Amino acid sequence: MSAKELQINLEFSAGAELLFGNIKRRKLSLDGTVKWTVASLLKWMHANILTERPELFLQGDTVRPGILVLINDTDWELLGELEYELQPNDNVLFISTLHGG
Amino acid sequence: MPINCKSSCGKKAVLKRPKTGDALCKECFFAAFEAEIHHTIISSNLFRRGEKVAVAASGGKDSTVLAHVLKLLNETHDYGLELVLLSIDEGITGYRDDSLETVKQNRDDYQMALKILSYEELYGWTMDRIVAQIGRSNNCTFCGVFRRQALDRGAKQLGVDSIATGHNADDIAETVLMNILRGDTARLRRCTDIKTGGGDDTIPRVKPLKYSYEKEIVMYAHYKKLVYFSTECVFAPNAYRGHARAFLKDLEKVRPSVIMDIIHSGEQLRFKDSVKKPVRGVCARCGFVSSQQPCKACVLLEGLNRGLPKLGIGKKSKGDRMIANQDREIALRERANLVKNDF
Repeated sequence: MSAKELQINLEFSAGAELLFGNIKRRKLSLDGTVKWTVASLLKWMHANILTERPELFLQGDTVRPGILVLINDTDWELLGELEYELQPNDNVLFISTLHGG
Repeated sequence: MPINCKSSCGKKAVLKRPKTGDALCKECFFAAFEAEIHHTIISSNLFRRGEKVAVAASGGKDSTVLAHVLKLLNETHDYGLELVLLSIDEGITGYRDDSLETVKQNRDDYQMALKILSYEELYGWTMDRIVAQIGRSNNCTFCGVFRRQALDRGAKQLGVDSIATGHNADDIAETVLMNILRGDTARLRRCTDIKTGGGDDTIPRVKPLKYSYEKEIVMYAHYKKLVYFSTECVFAPNAYRGHARAFLKDLEKVRPSVIMDIIHSGEQLRFKDSVKKPVRGVCARCGFVSSQQPCKACVLLEGLNRGLPKLGIGKKSKGDRMIANQDREIALRERANLVKNDF
């Protein structure tokens, strides 16, 4: 790992993975020379790994209501949501509540 | 800059409760979530000591959390209930067969008896075959009507005193909205009831998660590491409910209390005496609860067996005409056969 990379983990569950090539866990190496927030991560995800029907994951510049976001197992609503600045080795989990019952 | 748990237990908060806006740690969230369900059960007199209760289990998040919490509360508060799992196998390959595996896991984890009843054994039709016959529109009507009755049949076979379903606050708010949008006063009247049925010949249904937000149910399942099944049904999703749901989720973003507010509105509605009220009776054919004669399940089944799958869809008068036409054709054909046989 070079110092110029920001490594984070992405996780998807409860159906959210279906929109991302059905892969539940990913390791990302982002450009470490710039600041990364959840907002810019979502843009990156849209451009790079969101394979299926983006409108089911994104609404405007945030996640669609009904998709829960946990950063290091903490509700992102306590962490500033889109403004949260990603730290090395953060784990970002997306849980869909929109599937099944 | 971690936020501390609001209950000043000294731990770090992990989530913001949508219902109250409180930031809580894992343990305090579990305690609050479970205590509210306990309060709902006690204040609404949902159960009595010694009763046998079937948990309607689909393997999804709601029923998995319901089974877990009921078992826990039954033990910690000594309700004195016998809990069993009741599942319906609609016969949908690639969907229900997988989710039933989750239910079997629940059975082993929670040490509860499990009964699985299939559409195949009850009606002679699986959803796969029904869809092959009717196509991808209206199939949810068949599935919904059959499931409702299948749960009653299963509950009767198990000899339970009530059926607990996993309907959560979001589901109920959605249903209130849908019934308003459709002008369905009969359903609007009863859709917020925490307990329905329970007359002489019906088994009551109860909704212990009526005031539990979906987000909290999902967070609870996640933090408790409960295994649940979350694949969308392979057949067309319920489009109308989907719209109501998306609308509600958008509103919730702006005003999280909207879910409780809609349920409250539904509970407080009063209807004029002049608004027609369906009379709940028993189907003369199958003997299960219905406000129609014969019940919807029997009409749908007759349609399938007659090769007229659209029979129970739409107006009753249209269905009656379809039956009359078919009977006439059959009679004509039989007469023609008789004439031929005369020679």
